[in-house]
Amino acid sequence: MSSHKRENAYETVPQLLARNVHQFGNNPAYRLKELGIWQSWTWAESAAEIDSMALGLVDLGLEVGDHVAIIGRNHPVLYWAMVAVQCAGGVPVPLYKDSGSEEMAFVLEHCDARFAFAEDQEQVDKIMEVAEQLPKLESLVFVDPRGLRKYGREKLRHYQDLQAAGRHARDTAAAVLEERLQAQCADTTAVMLYTSGTTGRPKGVVLSNRNVVQASKLSAEFDSLRHDDSVLAYLPMAWVGDFVFSIGQAYYTGFCVNCPESADTMQADLREIGPSYFFAPPRYFEGLLTSVQIRMEDASRLKKWLFKSAMAHARAVGPDLLDGKPVGAWDRLKYALCDYLVIGPLKNTLGMSRVRLGYTAGEAIGPDIFDFYRALGINLKQLYGQTEATVFITIQPDGEVRADTVGVPAPEVEIRIDDKDEVHYRSPGTFIEYFKNPESTASTKDPEGWVATGDAGFIEEDTGHLRIIDRAKDVGKTATGDMFAPKFVENKIKFYPDILEAVVFGADRDRCTAFINIDLTAVGNWAERNNVAYASYQELAGHPRVAEIISSHIETVNRSLAEDEMLSGCQIHRFLILHKELDPDDGEITRTRKVRRRVVEERYADLLDALYNGSENVHVETEVTYEDGRKGSISADIQLHDAVIADRVRTVESAA
Amino acid sequence: MSESQLAAADTTPDGRPLGGTLMEMKNITLRFGGVVAIKDISFDIREGEIRAIIGPNGAGKSSMLNVINGFYHPQEGEIWYRGARRKAMKPYQIAKLGIARTFQNIALFKGMSTLDNIMTGRFTHMNASLFSQILWHGKAAREENENREKVERIIDFLEIQSIRKTPVGRLPYGLQKRVELGRALVAEPSLLLLDEPMAGMNVEEKEDMSRFILDVNEEFGTTIALIEHDMGVVMDISDRVVVLDYGRKIGDGTPDEVRGNQAVIDAYLGVPHDD
Repeated sequence: MSSHKRENAYETVPQLLARNVHQFGNNPAYRLKELGIWQSWTWAESAAEIDSMALGLVDLGLEVGDHVAIIGRNHPVLYWAMVAVQCAGGVPVPLYKDSGSEEMAFVLEHCDARFAFAEDQEQVDKIMEVAEQLPKLESLVFVDPRGLRKYGREKLRHYQDLQAAGRHARDTAAAVLEERLQAQCADTTAVMLYTSGTTGRPKGVVLSNRNVVQASKLSAEFDSLRHDDSVLAYLPMAWVGDFVFSIGQAYYTGFCVNCPESADTMQADLREIGPSYFFAPPRYFEGLLTSVQIRMEDASRLKKWLFKSAMAHARAVGPDLLDGKPVGAWDRLKYALCDYLVIGPLKNTLGMSRVRLGYTAGEAIGPDIFDFYRALGINLKQLYGQTEATVFITIQPDGEVRADTVGVPAPEVEIRIDDKDEVHYRSPGTFIEYFKNPESTASTKDPEGWVATGDAGFIEEDTGHLRIIDRAKDVGKTATGDMFAPKFVENKIKFYPDILEAVVFGADRDRCTAFINIDLTAVGNWAERNNVAYASYQELAGHPRVAEIISSHIETVNRSLAEDEMLSGCQIHRFLILHKELDPDDGEITRTRKVRRRVVEERYADLLDALYNGSENVHVETEVTYEDGRKGSISADIQLHDAVIADRVRTVESAA
Repeated sequence: MSESQLAAADTTPDGRPLGGTLMEMKNITLRFGGVVAIKDISFDIREGEIRAIIGPNGAGKSSMLNVINGFYHPQEGEIWYRGARRKAMKPYQIAKLGIARTFQNIALFKGMSTLDNIMTGRFTHMNASLFSQILWHGKAAREENENREKVERIIDFLEIQSIRKTPVGRLPYGLQKRVELGRALVAEPSLLLLDEPMAGMNVEEKEDMSRFILDVNEEFGTTIALIEHDMGVVMDISDRVVVLDYGRKIGDGTPDEVRGNQAVIDAYLGVPHDD
């Protein structure tokens, strides 16, 4: 590299793009599977696409500081759009593509969006539906023209037409664009991301270029990411993680971002790409493990035996091998054999043969699930973060990976725990503000830059690792004075593959109860193997034999809770299996799949009452919202079940 | 008769202008021995429209489709296609004329993948010699690449990328129907015949299929003639509807006109017949 600029000269994402064109011009920057073939774009080609898009936006009248909504699945054109908006001086605002019209209307109005990029007809339709509420919205740019032929073209244009207009207007627009690029620095806004929030309306988190570039730089250096790494971009573009991994870190290190053909082909595309750096929420790893287990159930005896013995050995020595701990020569040899026969092919099937670094975050992951992947030799780690921190708060260093902690403070992050056990942090990634919401900003971030996470946790004294207990506001006391930490208990319950979701109640009540959502894939497979006939989710959920299984899981959870002196009061006394899956369209969980406790409590108030008044069964009528926003209702008779309570192991009475 | 006047209306219910006549059936009568399946039926199909053929069980709908398709040869009557009278032809000759169809009971190669099944729909576009195909050289290679691209565009259009390599026998019913539609579409037909495209589907699958039919019509400008039992679907997506009962035509017009037609109402509600 002859003209190597100083690293800190690159303060913004567009500047990093320019550097990548210079350094890695002919390396692939984006790949997209289309018409069954992986198409790729180099950094130089991507920069050219972004440039004409940015010119087009200037030509369209984009002003400095304008918000531009980006709605759709992970697609190179939409990633270019994000960076093009930044180049042209605007602020990209990615939205969840599965949000309904009303949700979109709120965000589009709140950020005064004048322009929006929408992937296809579905997204365009959703915006059109609420166009009357959005007088400021001037025009829409779409990626996929299918079905849009008959739509008027006054407000609507194809992205290539935008680019053509941009190239056409180069004489006048190029100077403006250059001027705007020059004016950008670390302090200009890079992006605004709306947090789904488990309570209330979404809030727009404003992140500066410093936040994004510094957080990406520090984390990339921490895990020594390289320009020849590759990722599969399949998580929602509106989520801060995708922004940091697929734009921040990708631009900082210059690695390639691969976009799957469609949401349904993700698993197959993962296998084809074989990424070296992979991120997924715990739910994904759980689902994958469940599918492996289901397929092994159907396998021949010999294969079952092979899998079982290989996994037993892998679980014993795999994690130690990963951590570089001493392992005997004989065990190494056996592991190599297991790797050749079982583990290698399995990793290949899962698309994880080349994963050098895997992360999971967002929720606690079951120790069994976590160990399974580490046993396979996949360096799966945990991190803890949030949008307001530009992801990184704590992170697990290689060799210190555990299922029950979220790691040590990430580079240049300071952490303190206040007297109410709430975790606070201060970091280069700390957000600027909540857009148009100074009250929330003030209540979350103090003048010295410390941010309250809203999570309760503690730092382990001997290791310095942070452990998260629960959402601070959810931690409470039961009426009998015991500590109540719902999420902790829910995670224990959810570790069973049969259970998709659990919501535990008990604050200020004399005992704890739970709503359970069964996992249709796992329970459905069990039903198939045991000749249990069912026609719908609802029917399967209400099956008495399913209740027996869940009941035995709850009993085991109760026994393990009884051993914990702090949480023995959280044992589940009664539970019921919900007749429908908790759904973001009904507002019961967020788009990132976190339970909205209040909403669930209100929607199912009658069920909750029934759990506490001792009734045997209860009839409910529930309103549901379909994907297209229409409403319907389902009714069901729900059985309530008593669970077996374990004796408390009271060792030292004074401990709590 | 008022029906023929209605049939001559020059716009669709949503105001699109109708094209010229693509196919015209003149006084078609079809007999199987002594049984008269179709009796003196005349109607036309115009370019760019979605034309539905409806009627109670045994009304002669499938027979009519088979006549259009060239599978049955009517004893009486004439079929005019693109302004010329059509002689009796073999089905593959009809396919070369640009008429493709799907079947009521799915007719796919169960052991073959989705991709291969749809690829078979391109057979009318494969002209390379056997020799060239064996050597995989020149024309054969070029043709296969072109055909594969067409097939991939249809796979993308029907959103079935995830089952590209899955044997169709393993697919649920609704998806098999979609694959069958795909195979008909890659032939790039000017007239697409759909035999009960929604039969046996649940509400969601029906909605998907309706959307695909409308998209095919709009995107590719394909003229579509379909038989369907589900009245809601027919009334929603068709431009014009012809109603058969006991092998005779009892109504013809826009969905609204047909809905108000007393003969049609009687046929569906089961008023006793005079003959």
